[in-house]
Amino acid sequence: MKPNEKLHPTFRRTPYRLHTSYYWYYLKILALVSSQLEPMQNNCIYLDNNATTKVDPEVVEAMLPYLTEYYGNPSSMHTFGGQLAKAVKIAREQLAALLGADESEIVYTSCGTEGDNAAIRAALLAQPDKRHIITTQVEHPAVLNVCKQLETQGYSVTYLSVNRQGQLDLNELEASLTGNTALVTTMYANNETGVVFPIEQIGLRAKEYGALFHVDAVQAVGKIPLNMKNSTVDMLTLSGHKIHAPKGIGALYVRRGVRFRPFLIGGHQERGRRAGTENVPGIIALGKAAELELLHLEEATKRESRLRDRLEKTLLATIPDCEVNGDITQRLPNTTNIGFKYIEGEAILLSLNKYGICASSGSACTSGSLEPSHVLRAMGLPYTTLHGSIRFSLCRYTTEAEIDRVIAVMPEIVERLRALSPFKNDEAGWLQAQEQTLAHR
Amino acid sequence: MWDYTDKVLELFYNPKNQGAIEEADESGVKVATGEVGSIACGDALRLHLKVEVASDKILDARFQTFGCTSAIASSSALTEMIKGLTLDEALNVSNKDIADYLGGLPEAKMHCSVMGQEALEAAIYNYRGIPLTAHDDDDEGALICSCFGISESKIRRVILENNLTDAEQVTNYVKAGGGCGSCLANIDDIIKDVQQQAATPAIDNYSVKVATDIATAKQSQRPLTNVQKIALIQKVLDEEVRPVLIADGGDVELYDVDGDRVKVLLQGACGSCSSSTATLKIAIEARLQDRVSKNLIVEAVEP
Ligand code: FES
Repeated sequence: MKPNEKLHPTFRRTPYRLHTSYYWYYLKILALVSSQLEPMQNNCIYLDNNATTKVDPEVVEAMLPYLTEYYGNPSSMHTFGGQLAKAVKIAREQLAALLGADESEIVYTSCGTEGDNAAIRAALLAQPDKRHIITTQVEHPAVLNVCKQLETQGYSVTYLSVNRQGQLDLNELEASLTGNTALVTTMYANNETGVVFPIEQIGLRAKEYGALFHVDAVQAVGKIPLNMKNSTVDMLTLSGHKIHAPKGIGALYVRRGVRFRPFLIGGHQERGRRAGTENVPGIIALGKAAELELLHLEEATKRESRLRDRLEKTLLATIPDCEVNGDITQRLPNTTNIGFKYIEGEAILLSLNKYGICASSGSACTSGSLEPSHVLRAMGLPYTTLHGSIRFSLCRYTTEAEIDRVIAVMPEIVERLRALSPFKNDEAGWLQAQEQTLAHR
Repeated sequence: MWDYTDKVLELFYNPKNQGAIEEADESGVKVATGEVGSIACGDALRLHLKVEVASDKILDARFQTFGCTSAIASSSALTEMIKGLTLDEALNVSNKDIADYLGGLPEAKMHCSVMGQEALEAAIYNYRGIPLTAHDDDDEGALICSCFGISESKIRRVILENNLTDAEQVTNYVKAGGGCGSCLANIDDIIKDVQQQAATPAIDNYSVKVATDIATAKQSQRPLTNVQKIALIQKVLDEEVRPVLIADGGDVELYDVDGDRVKVLLQGACGSCSSSTATLKIAIEARLQDRVSKNLIVEAVEP
């Protein structure tokens, strides 16, 4: 149907014709804004896929009609909107298939942060007399900061520690659980190091104490096979833009039977579990992205881990004084986090940027905050390594040639920055004195 | 991604004057070194100056920096700026001058320029044999930010020198407050205090009156009345003693005057500082004896 055709004449009038002068201003402003934007760097070597991913062209193609011709509201009674409900249902099935879940267990959200917030609040609202939460020191701020806020509201929170490899101690978890524990919330895989937690074992222990179990799987979905069927997970968060869907769409898996209190309250969308008009183009995109992830999962995982390992091994072999941060046996196939001693992360990133290489660092200088990564600190890394840690995260588009390029430029970058550093070749002097005083703190 | 000026990027990619200056046995030339920052904070700078002893001129300057883009660019800029200056001229280089040389730094990176200025001071003080703590009190002043080990005196100084008005700016300039954030309220208090002091004119009408009273008393060779003596002590403390102490993160308050015994309350860095007796005797008592009466004895009372 051509949308405008059957509408009442009032709706057919375009605002442009009514207000030609406004339109002129609109164009002016648009021109002004775009003239201030710098030209985008398009042919970069993108190794920052744990931050976000490129939208798959097939995903764009799938969602596009829902931005143009099929713009109806799926909750509407008329066919124009109502027909969209069918498309949304198919997308829901596609996503459920990736998780090994049932379509009815999917609640769409706007992002990973919303999923985490909703899950934690829902778990607490459903068990009003339990006042204890267990999480870890290395969670994403979307979990950590919610927990910190809950502490000010009378909840007690246990933040489980991690060892030098970034791994949890299950005995510590066991010792922290009580009958008062409402929720255990941990990540599946760490965004900075890629370290994967033993989710099922955590869940088993949580169940023994009658606690709900939420998993922030934003980094794990699409990178490791998931099956919620026989899992101990009650709720699981994912985000679209980490799996080649656009930003602004995510989902929360809620196991059937888990009592769920909505975070966003309003209309009856998502079976009353999340109010707000559905982000139809986003939902369609996420469905398509999930379908593609499932299709590529096995072969992409193999390829990525092979490329990642080559990158890692070669860098370690060609650059002295560097080490991998995190558990290398229990790790995502696409992530490596390497600490280059005596130099600082932002300086490395900017140098890489000159070659069009995008990576990420755990250094404070790249973020708004001044403290280095809480994850690497919780692992107890020495300061010599901590500030110079770089994360390379791959995806199924990463090529051999791109990895070669990084391998080629990194040694020179590190050498240049080390030549500037007062700490390199100073093990007996200033640096040693500093590490010693720090150890006494 | 930070928005760096072309000058910052130029000096980052092609830094000038990197490296160390080795002490060579050249006659009439000495090498001075200044170190600031720490690996824990993620910024550190070691500055080397080659000084011509006779003229006090900086013949060469080199740097070694651990830090981000702007730390490297700031250090390189600093070495370019001070070459050829005398040490006294170099001491006038402020962190603002460094930032200006670079065409500006992102606000959140201003601490890199502060580090440059501090290293310069450290090198010059080292060269002159002045213990840095006596000047800066960074280790002695009350510790405000334990995450980054920043003292009250350092915070006061950066507020004054850069006209800072909120805690976020202080964080950008010296990092204090950028960790757990528990010191932010204290930083707010310090800002308020500095602003209040700036707003109080140094000599108000009251002290003008005191001054005339004292002048007439002296002319007529009459001894000071008790009221005049107390007023004079207060005036000397306010105008000559307190500004010095405040700059170092301390303060003093007149508690009582009992005959020739002047009782004061030492505050801030002065109260906790190990050299507080020295402060009492040198800075306060000697000054009051000189200005008011030879017989005065200054004592500190416990707050
Ligand atoms: S004490 Fe200042 S930020 Fe933590």
